[in-house]
Amino acid sequence: MSGSTVKPKGPVAAALTVNAFLVYAFFFLPIVILAVFSFSDDRLVGRWGGFTTSWYGEFWNDTELTSSLWVSLRVAAVSTVISVVLGTMAALGLERFRWKSQRFFDSVLYLPIIIPDVTMAVMMLLFFTWGIDLTNEAFGTNFAKGFATITLSHIAFSISFVSVVVRARLAGMSLELEEAARDLYASRWKAFRHVTFPQIVPGIAGGALLALTLSLDDVVITQFVAGPGGTTLPVRVFSLIRKGVTPVINAVSVVMLVASLLLVALSVAVQRLRGGSITG
Amino acid sequence: MNGVAPPPAVEASPETERAALRADAWRGFLLAAPAYVYLMVFFVVPLGIVTMYSFATRNRQGGTDLQGWNLDSYARLDEPIVRTILFRSLWLAVVTTVICLVIAYPFAYFIATRRPAVRNVMLVFVMIPFWTNFLVRNYAWRVILENDGIWNDAVDATGTDTLVDWLLGLPHWIQWAIPNWIEHLPSPLFSEVGIVLGLVYGFLPFMILPLYAAIERIDLSLIEASRDLYASGRQTLRRVLIPLSMPGIVAGSILVFVPSLGAYVTPQILGGDKETLLGSYIVVQFLTARNWPFGAALSVVLVAVMLLATRIHFRSGGRAL
Amino acid sequence: MNSNFLLRLVAGLAAVTLFASCGGSDDQGASGESAACAVDQVDGDLNLFNWAEYIDPDLKTAFEEQYGVAVNEDNYDSNEAMQPIISAGNSGYDLIVPSDYMVSILIEAGDVAPVQRDAVPNLVNLDPEFASGLPFDPAGEYSVPYQWGTTGLGVDLAVVGEDVPHTWGLVFDPELRAELGIDGKITLLNDPRETMGAALKYLGFSLNTTSQDELDQAKALVSEATGGLAAYESDQYDELLASGNTAVAHGYSGNFLVQFDEADDPDQYTYFVPDEGGTRWVDNMAVVADAPHPCTAHTFMNFLLDAENGAALTNWNYYASPNAAAVEFIDQEVLEDPVVYPTDTSTLEFIADTGDFETNFSDAFIEAKG
Repeated sequence: MSGSTVKPKGPVAAALTVNAFLVYAFFFLPIVILAVFSFSDDRLVGRWGGFTTSWYGEFWNDTELTSSLWVSLRVAAVSTVISVVLGTMAALGLERFRWKSQRFFDSVLYLPIIIPDVTMAVMMLLFFTWGIDLTNEAFGTNFAKGFATITLSHIAFSISFVSVVVRARLAGMSLELEEAARDLYASRWKAFRHVTFPQIVPGIAGGALLALTLSLDDVVITQFVAGPGGTTLPVRVFSLIRKGVTPVINAVSVVMLVASLLLVALSVAVQRLRGGSITG
Repeated sequence: MNGVAPPPAVEASPETERAALRADAWRGFLLAAPAYVYLMVFFVVPLGIVTMYSFATRNRQGGTDLQGWNLDSYARLDEPIVRTILFRSLWLAVVTTVICLVIAYPFAYFIATRRPAVRNVMLVFVMIPFWTNFLVRNYAWRVILENDGIWNDAVDATGTDTLVDWLLGLPHWIQWAIPNWIEHLPSPLFSEVGIVLGLVYGFLPFMILPLYAAIERIDLSLIEASRDLYASGRQTLRRVLIPLSMPGIVAGSILVFVPSLGAYVTPQILGGDKETLLGSYIVVQFLTARNWPFGAALSVVLVAVMLLATRIHFRSGGRAL
Repeated sequence: MNSNFLLRLVAGLAAVTLFASCGGSDDQGASGESAACAVDQVDGDLNLFNWAEYIDPDLKTAFEEQYGVAVNEDNYDSNEAMQPIISAGNSGYDLIVPSDYMVSILIEAGDVAPVQRDAVPNLVNLDPEFASGLPFDPAGEYSVPYQWGTTGLGVDLAVVGEDVPHTWGLVFDPELRAELGIDGKITLLNDPRETMGAALKYLGFSLNTTSQDELDQAKALVSEATGGLAAYESDQYDELLASGNTAVAHGYSGNFLVQFDEADDPDQYTYFVPDEGGTRWVDNMAVVADAPHPCTAHTFMNFLLDAENGAALTNWNYYASPNAAAVEFIDQEVLEDPVVYPTDTSTLEFIADTGDFETNFSDAFIEAKG
């Protein structure tokens, strides 16, 4: 299936390589800048003041920042896993089968992508306030805004992004292999597990990366659905920036980067351990 | 494209065929159901609440009175300022999407033609910068673009500034051919050039991922076949590659265009918010004017129009996405 | 088919457990008309919703040690971002720090609880000017002043010259801008009330006007000034000034002071409120109406109104203290700085909520930008 033998040749290949190089340079330029200034001994980001690691120390000793980093990672992990499962299932259901009211669901699936951030933030705030009130009154429970409401909101916008990426992969994918497998008396599940699934893994991986990124980056919606003492790192950073960008914020970003790299490495390792492979 | 399931195996009687179709419908529905239920509860219901607010009235304290329903907020959409803001935002979003597509397509193709192990590494490296922090990245761009920043130095070193000066110094009769934004190129911070740069940076991965997913899936021997049949490279691209990767192009364009249209942080940080864009217009209604009904009405209309646009796309045969 | 059902079940259960896991420790106390609190009484951890970097972390630690409760602080970046979260109810926060006009909005909407004066004996420490008579809460029934400051212009003297005129004309007079060569080197706050207010002051009007005609004149001024701006900027105006990207910046007093302090040559910069007048603001502590721990909130108020603690606050962030008893503990150089404690407050105005006219301000601001 993989067409690794059909690499372009000559000037086209050279142009493609140069383009790829430039794109990576573009992506990493600001990252290098922010990483460099996280070691600068000057409060003003953009002015080099000699090498120091004190900003990392400041970050480490700030329990509010470290605890919100932990919240961010937990939210990102949980919301990515759930939205990848739900989003992939939805993509399969919509792309592989014809059923009534499919079009309607199609539209519903697009809504979270289309809606502006603030609008979603406001509506989630109203919804959770109202929902928690109602639940607590009806069942005498003690729900409050916090980790759960943040995670539920992140899942709500991630599902759509995952399913769009997975569907781009599924659309027009040849069904012949799966049909063939079923003709050989493999069960539907087995045919899916051993034939279709490996083919769509790149789409799922892309969707998962997207969901993870969206969750780690969201400020506006999280700000409105977070509860006391339970908010994510980006929200903390957002309010800090108001009072001035100091390199401690750069240090936070570098730590965030390393932490998410570890998260990805961990998930790959788990997959390897279970005998799977993330390659298509 | 063949998304629809092929007819079932030979010798199927009409009844079993219908039964098979019904079973298929069930399977599709059940697969989609969990996401469906989830979005109904945690998205459509909240959206309903906001829609309700769009028909309500702002009270003196900036709260919203949920009574005395009216269409006043929708009537305001007719104001000329709304149109100005809308067209300006649409234009910037289109430019951003086109630039992203032009950059991302060859890039995605490049990744898709590497060995599988290399591909994954390359993809992860696309995403790594985005695990830092959205705001901090934007501020990093500000450091790059500011006076005497790296961008300035690069412009000076390459002589781009001299070129721009020369272009702007050309006689009147040819000036029309030179786009306005050229003059902002040497110092793009707080101009539309800065905004587009920031938006392209922020949303490029949203274009790359679906494009990659779509291109990687294409059986590249088709391209070989096309080349064997003496099609030129351009013909192959136009007749084979692009049609086959269309689902990725459409998905990527939507994922870039839509958030660009609603963006407000990047235009604020890199554009200085001197001209209002749709995203910040909505934010102002919710968070500054505390006029939730109008903010809600703007959002509802935006969502409805976008939804309609995607629907029309499906109607016109672009089913696959 | 079974596997589908199972997956759905798992997803459902996941959502339920998520919800359940959050309730846990949070004990929802009685709200609103809660029983009277005693002095120094605590009824749980304090959930504080405050501006970022507005309180010395050592003060929080001291409170935690003295009363044996934790202080959970979350931050907001504008009154308008805080208000909907509080107004929606069930926010979980005990104590907030809204600015003047926002206090009156929250009082009118019933979102803040009256101050139980008996539980806050240190109220006597307040300067009489702040104890009562503030326009947004005349009797001090619902709010206790935290700190105050002004809004004005920070300038780079190396660019505009030592004898820079103290006028809003630096922003609104195109000839003066051209003369000083500061076109494109100015930032204004991205805030309709502050920026339209500055233009109104320049024109000699009240910044709380409700006259559409006066507002339209201000709109024309702001519209012209937009062409001479680098940016509308509410967060980083002090950094842009210090890094040489701008020469004139509209912003809040304390932020400039902290920034100037860091500069190689602090005398290169100055801050002033133009002679035409400007904004004076007060941030205030208020107990949220449905606060889970109202008594801890009152105890915390009392703690910050203590003379030494109030002084510690000002020595840390350079905003002026409304606490008369604290004065003797405040650093001399801070007390004598006219930027922190302006000598003449007669031209200054508080921003007041103008009710329905608020939308006129934000519409005018957007239209001025074009």
